[in-house]
Amino acid sequence: MKQKASKKPDKHPPDKHPPDRHPKDKLLREDRIPHIWCPGCGIGSAFSSCITALKKTGIDYDRLAVVSGIGCTGRVAGYLNLDSFHTTHGRAIPFATGLKLAKPEMNVFVFSGEGDLFSIGGNHFMHAARKNIDITVICVNNMNYGMTGGQVSANTPTGAITSTTPYGNAEVPLNLPSLAAACGAVYIARWLSLDVRRLAESILEALLKPGFSFIEILAPCPTAFGRRNRLGSALDMIKLYQENSVIRNGVHPDETVIEEGKKMVLGKFIDTERPTFLDRLSKTSELKSTAWPKKEMAAQR
Amino acid sequence: MKMWRKPLDLGEKSLPPAEIHIIESRCKGCGLCVEFCPCGVLKMSDEFNRKGYHPPFVEEPASCVGCHFCEEVCPDFAIFCNNSTDK
Amino acid sequence: MTSERVLTGEHFINGDEACTEGALAAGCNFFAGYPITPATEVAETMSRRLPKLDGIYVQMEDEIASIAAVLGAAWGGAKSMTSTSGPGFSLMMENIGLGIITETPCVVVNIQRGGPSTGLPTTCGQGDIMQAKWGSHGHYEIIAISPSSPQEMFDFTIRAFNLAETYRIPVLIMADEVVGHTLERVTIPPAEKIKVINRKKPTESPKTYLPYKTDSSLIPVLPDAGDGYRIHITGLTHDERGYPVPDAETQEVLITRLINKIRKNRDKIIDYEDYFLDGAKIVIVTYGSSVRPALKAMRGLRDEGVKVGLLKLNTIWPFAEDLIRKLAKKVEAFVVPEVNFGQIALEVERCASGQALTKLISHAGGGIHRPQQIADAVKKILPELGSKRKKR
Repeated sequence: MKQKASKKPDKHPPDKHPPDRHPKDKLLREDRIPHIWCPGCGIGSAFSSCITALKKTGIDYDRLAVVSGIGCTGRVAGYLNLDSFHTTHGRAIPFATGLKLAKPEMNVFVFSGEGDLFSIGGNHFMHAARKNIDITVICVNNMNYGMTGGQVSANTPTGAITSTTPYGNAEVPLNLPSLAAACGAVYIARWLSLDVRRLAESILEALLKPGFSFIEILAPCPTAFGRRNRLGSALDMIKLYQENSVIRNGVHPDETVIEEGKKMVLGKFIDTERPTFLDRLSKTSELKSTAWPKKEMAAQR
Repeated sequence: MKMWRKPLDLGEKSLPPAEIHIIESRCKGCGLCVEFCPCGVLKMSDEFNRKGYHPPFVEEPASCVGCHFCEEVCPDFAIFCNNSTDK
Repeated sequence: MTSERVLTGEHFINGDEACTEGALAAGCNFFAGYPITPATEVAETMSRRLPKLDGIYVQMEDEIASIAAVLGAAWGGAKSMTSTSGPGFSLMMENIGLGIITETPCVVVNIQRGGPSTGLPTTCGQGDIMQAKWGSHGHYEIIAISPSSPQEMFDFTIRAFNLAETYRIPVLIMADEVVGHTLERVTIPPAEKIKVINRKKPTESPKTYLPYKTDSSLIPVLPDAGDGYRIHITGLTHDERGYPVPDAETQEVLITRLINKIRKNRDKIIDYEDYFLDGAKIVIVTYGSSVRPALKAMRGLRDEGVKVGLLKLNTIWPFAEDLIRKLAKKVEAFVVPEVNFGQIALEVERCASGQALTKLISHAGGGIHRPQQIADAVKKILPELGSKRKKR
């Protein structure tokens, strides 16, 4: 179909798709599109990258399962045409742990927001990473609790205005890659929601990698966070994020802290190997004694 | 299109434009596709869709290089491209 | 440690271990838990037995993670269980609600202890009975079972799993520290004699399948993750497709069905034993570790000529309302010994509707009633009986 250059858009009858379907429709629950996210919301772009990655993995769609929590990002589970579980606030990771351990042949990933995964869910993140449960955790960081109207969260920058910090945030945000590294995640990356291709590549790598993988996606929240901090539209915000970020692959996660005067550091920071929980579980009967401490150590100088 | 370095065979070879489909009923008028298209193919229209948003339209179809960035970045799955080589 | 699932034979074990053996006999292959007195032995026994049976034992970081993992594993096709006591039970409440609305089969064991709060970790309590019914927010029906001995811990845990698989609901086993820590003979029958029920799976095409559409039983037939149906499971109020629909109409349809799923099938769920109800003037209503002192008291009283019977509740929820209503017309009083300040007593009183007296024999916790206490309480109300009471 040849496109004509004109001021008027091609008219399609309302609610009818053009003859060819959107290539991502197979993984969408079409009867629920358009979705609830605001115009330009970073979650939408992140979700789009995720679908690209899912298609590229070559994994049978029946073998994939997504678990999400509560919040705007948590609604992803409702739009993905996979076995999808929209669980309680903060508890997506232990739910995914149970699912993965009961059915290890499934490829289970968690797609949820930073408030859900790191405030209420922080404890669970720590331990699943420590155990190296073979799941991928995709975290959209829009720096507030968006769905409930934009309250302060554990990832809100210092000084920012939110609905519960009307005079400015007195807290310091978490450094998520650093936290993930300290807990033992084997794959850690951070991208903007705009970096759709690099993000899709990261998600693909993480899904195929055994062990606990973590990807942070910085996304604009124009309706809540952006509006209160006068950051403009979604487009203005993502351009601001792009101008104020720099890609530094392989850098130590401690250097990725988001703070005043520093550009936001993006990239793939950690990509390493560690035995997963199930790997070690199958070997437990082979251990003759504890790995540490040992009596012989006392004799060493 | 802004290029970091001009390809040596730019004169002889060019990427064929893709067929761009816009699903207007899904669009929320965010403008990401228009802004980040590397070739300036799209522009926001003055028309409204069913929900009152301004969807984009294809202004410069010949400039399109079929990179699919609009398709990838669109948060609403409202735009997609078919490369002519797909046929 | 054996790799036999069903340890047929005679054993001398405590209630917690018997509960574990019952779970294993029912096919349990996933346990996620957190240590808490007096339920720790359930977890410890599971940690020894499950790995030899190709099951998974995982210790989670808290009880909230435990119940979340149990739900996740159930969707992965496992028969999953966790065990806890009062403080952990409180933590699990939100996710028990998730299990109810998503209709996830699993078993949660509460070895009750003295409460509230940290209370008496090492001794008896029966203070979580109402919490079992009302503990999670929102209105729902639940199934809760009350074993009164290690043998019943074995038998009733099998029943709990079967009920969970049949009705697709978390089933609560409301034991207490005395039942959990009593060391006694437990007879485990041969595996072929144990009836194990597994959840039904859908057979129709994924294209036409509606996850939460049910027949007259009101029980949905749901697949496990990975079965090819690509279902959406959510804690939000949802319609037959499983998709969240935030309106009053959908709420009415869903919640009514969830409640009726249990209420309409209550005759198959409620289980009790009765002793000498015919001609009884007074009926002792009892459950859990109150049963044995009550039985002894009843026998002593009957020897003295008191027309007293006993109703032993093997299920707490749904409550045996119809039975109490029927009995209230024939007997003059119910006496309810429980290790709390009146929980099942309130239910009995409600159902008796004033047609029979209801007397509570309370106990704050830390032990159980002495048979003499119960006998004395029964004798104390004897003078109040025989007054002209209108029987409707």
